[in-house]
Amino acid sequence: MTVRIIPRLDIKGPNLVKGIHLEGLRVLGKPEAFARHYYENGADELLCIDVVASLYGRNSLLDLVERTASEIFIPLCVGGGLRSLDDIRQVLRAGADKVTLNTAALNNPLFIQDAAETFGSSTIVIAIEAIRQPSGHYECFTDSGREATGVDVFEWAAKAEALGAGELLVTSVDREGTGRGFDVHLIKVIAEAASIPVIAHGGAGTIDHVVEAVMKGEADAVALASLFHYEALNSITFDEADFGTEGNLEFRKRGVGFSKIDATPLPRVKEAMSDAGIYVRPVE
Amino acid sequence: MMSRSAQVAIIDHSLGNLYSVRQACKHVGLTAAITADPTEVNGAEALILPGVGAFGDAMRTLRDRDLVSVIRSFAATGKPTIGVCLGLQLFMEGSEEFGEHEGLGLIPGNVHRFFSRAESRQISERLPRVPQVGWNTIHRSKTIGCRNDPWRFTPLENLPDGTFMYFVHSYYVLPRSETDILGTTTYEGFTYCSVAGRGNILGVQFHPERSGEKGLSVYGHIAEKLRGGSTNV
Repeated sequence: MTVRIIPRLDIKGPNLVKGIHLEGLRVLGKPEAFARHYYENGADELLCIDVVASLYGRNSLLDLVERTASEIFIPLCVGGGLRSLDDIRQVLRAGADKVTLNTAALNNPLFIQDAAETFGSSTIVIAIEAIRQPSGHYECFTDSGREATGVDVFEWAAKAEALGAGELLVTSVDREGTGRGFDVHLIKVIAEAASIPVIAHGGAGTIDHVVEAVMKGEADAVALASLFHYEALNSITFDEADFGTEGNLEFRKRGVGFSKIDATPLPRVKEAMSDAGIYVRPVE
Repeated sequence: MMSRSAQVAIIDHSLGNLYSVRQACKHVGLTAAITADPTEVNGAEALILPGVGAFGDAMRTLRDRDLVSVIRSFAATGKPTIGVCLGLQLFMEGSEEFGEHEGLGLIPGNVHRFFSRAESRQISERLPRVPQVGWNTIHRSKTIGCRNDPWRFTPLENLPDGTFMYFVHSYYVLPRSETDILGTTTYEGFTYCSVAGRGNILGVQFHPERSGEKGLSVYGHIAEKLRGGSTNV
């Protein structure tokens, strides 16, 4: 089975953003341009997360999903604030193939079962935001790692699977955006116990980290944001009109990247994985 | 009131992402409608039965909407009748999913689940993931028969062996007649039928509308054939 590379796009309104540790959100540009760039460069799927996830933010997201799904013919997984079967239905009708759930599932685990029965297990991806505690346990968080839940990650992963989740998207909130590498232990424990696919996310700074997530962490798929976005920025031609007036645009104008993360083209990641003996779909 | 049907009728059984199938059709220049209306279906030049989800639920919806006989008689006209993912499974005679369910019976054979937990322990230490989610390769089957290329005259005919397509499924089809097995895929060491069909009926286990440009070319081929006026699939 090929290991999937899934670029992750965090969306705020009409913009692609990236959360940076201790810095807030940077606006990187128009999501559609990034989506197309990744599609043309070997992305196996796309993951779009609405980081605002409020009631009035959804239209922007739905528009984006519709536009993306009409031009980009790889699977699209969408999440961020989906709380009801209707929310899920809306997103699927707009063109998404799968949805991710976090808060709503933790608040009411049976929602996973409902959603899986209504839309099919394979449509339901449970997103787990994990923060390592001093005790060595991992706790589930919501709201981009801001709200603690007291729920143990490994127990939750098993429960989500039992309730009908089709896949698990596991994010190390500690590592995300830092470029320090994935939390391999976190991924491995979940992957070994699960019989559904596990997507690793959070921390990649180099190609070696991605290889490690698969070889040591046993991830079935890897979601990447920082590693790709800065390279994409250098490759995509943007108009000034692509940027709205919001967000942290300064860094974009300065033309710098992020020092702890190698700006890496997707095909290069696949090449390295292949060299390491990992089966990946070749870039067309 | 429609004055003429869309070229392609995509059967609406409410399951799975019907919209991406329609998008793919539009992208290659086909008019396509997601419909449960028998008149609209009958007037179309090709029928696509898509879907992701449970066999039993889908058949129940098809029965409730009186679409079972509509699909069967469409197939009997000789016009292209195409099943995608769950759609292929529904073409079979039955499925073992959650008990016994009767299918459309367009292709003799049944639907089975990948790897029971008992089997999986023997195959490898790590549990094979079910559903299979991701990209895998499709290959022409080498069957007994006078055909040299089982994909000739199908929408797959221009694709090389080993083309990657996107799969997401927990069940696979096992056609009873070897000549109905047109293509195979191997997952976790297990080789199963991923393309099945006979005559104007073709089913694919993968999602061509989610398989990039190669997948889109499958829809493109259908469009070309309809433009050419041919009734071969």
